Amino acid sequence: MSLNDSLVVEITALRKSYGANEVLKGIDLQVRSGEVIAIIGKSGSGKSTLLRCINGLEVFQSGSLTVDGKPLLHKQPAAMRELRQHVGMIFQSFNLFPHLTVGQNIMLAPTLVKKKDSAAAAAQARKLLERVGLAEKFDAFADQLSGGQQQRVAIARALAMEPAVLLCDEITSALDPELVGEVLRVVESLAEEGMTLLMVTHEMSFARKVSDRVIFMHQGRVHEIGPPGELFGNPQTPELKQFLSSLHD
Amino acid sequence: MVDFSLWDIVRNLLLAGRWTVSLSLIAFIGGGLVGLLLLMLRLSKRRSAEWFVGGYVQLFQGVPLLVQLFLAYYGLGLFGINASAWVAAGVGLTLYSSAFLTEIWRGCVAAIPRGQWEASQSLALNFGEQLRYVILPQAVRIAIPPTVGFLVQVIKGTALASVIGFMELTKVGKTIANATLNPFLVFSCVALMYFLLCYPVSRYAKSLERKLHVAQ
Repeated sequence: MSLNDSLVVEITALRKSYGANEVLKGIDLQVRSGEVIAIIGKSGSGKSTLLRCINGLEVFQSGSLTVDGKPLLHKQPAAMRELRQHVGMIFQSFNLFPHLTVGQNIMLAPTLVKKKDSAAAAAQARKLLERVGLAEKFDAFADQLSGGQQQRVAIARALAMEPAVLLCDEITSALDPELVGEVLRVVESLAEEGMTLLMVTHEMSFARKVSDRVIFMHQGRVHEIGPPGELFGNPQTPELKQFLSSLHD
Repeated sequence: MVDFSLWDIVRNLLLAGRWTVSLSLIAFIGGGLVGLLLLMLRLSKRRSAEWFVGGYVQLFQGVPLLVQLFLAYYGLGLFGINASAWVAAGVGLTLYSSAFLTEIWRGCVAAIPRGQWEASQSLALNFGEQLRYVILPQAVRIAIPPTVGFLVQVIKGTALASVIGFMELTKVGKTIANATLNPFLVFSCVALMYFLLCYPVSRYAKSLERKLHVAQ
């Protein structure tokens, strides 16, 4: 197997702007299969935008982006549908479908998009719920769950599509502090099982513990990138030093 | 002069009431279907479609229904279509209610958080699936009370069809009033009938609103 075959996400010279305001100023990034990457940085540094570009929630103006070797083509709905089946996304605000039960939330996309029959989808949903520790919540509605439980359901829902990479956009930021741990434990177990993860996070100790590489974004650029020990232990740029010290205040 | 008993008046008005109900149903169902179509067009995010629907809504909301009915009645004739009062009233009221319904429903869809669109998009659902399985089921819940409320407006709006000779409640009332020379009694009966049609509908809208409010 060549090196290229194990690349899940490949981003080259990606630029994105809102009107005259350029928020991503040429991003290059290669993510290997099974790699866990944490993206840190101040708000407004472009880290969430970068994540949202990877599954096409944001349209970028130039550069290229491939997932599992398939290029992202905004203008082609069929290509986007194909690509999104390889990319799972988990949001800060959970975004469960409130009119459906937990089980239906998880089964919806596999039955519609992957044409799974409902018995197989239900069996898969139960297995995934067990994996995130919510086996007994199959028939519950989102508003009957705590934030941490909702986020774990959202993780199960994303996993049901068997994605090649999972994007986590500040998934614990909307949670009460005592609920953060249960969600991070699930993410950690995914990392241990070899899931490719890209996560924007403010949980520095978690990023340090589970990630293979950390990206520090600053003003729309990848400012520093490296193993967590190096980045946190020996930051090279004044911006990262300042960012890290601001966290301890 | 013909002698009319109160029962004669009521019986004739009840018979005419059927046409008021039919016309209301045509307007509501026709308007609902066209309104839904316009909503889809608008949600498709195509510039030209949005522009078209926006103009359509402005046009039909900005012209009195009475004038629209005149235009439908005389205008269809210009195109060589034999515009009976039925057709003209049906077309006029359908256009009118579709403009209002599409605007009401657009507001309801806009009330669904953006995260619902993004989550369903991330799960690779296409636009049609997003609408059908995620957005519309939630929007319908919010839409029911104002939609039923608008039905009351439509029922009352059908009275205007009398001006183009459509024999519904108001027109028949006018005819009987002319014959009996007792307009106050006759129009009191007419008013009562409109009220009896509309009141249950608005009560239903209120109870739905309460029920859905509790459910949220």
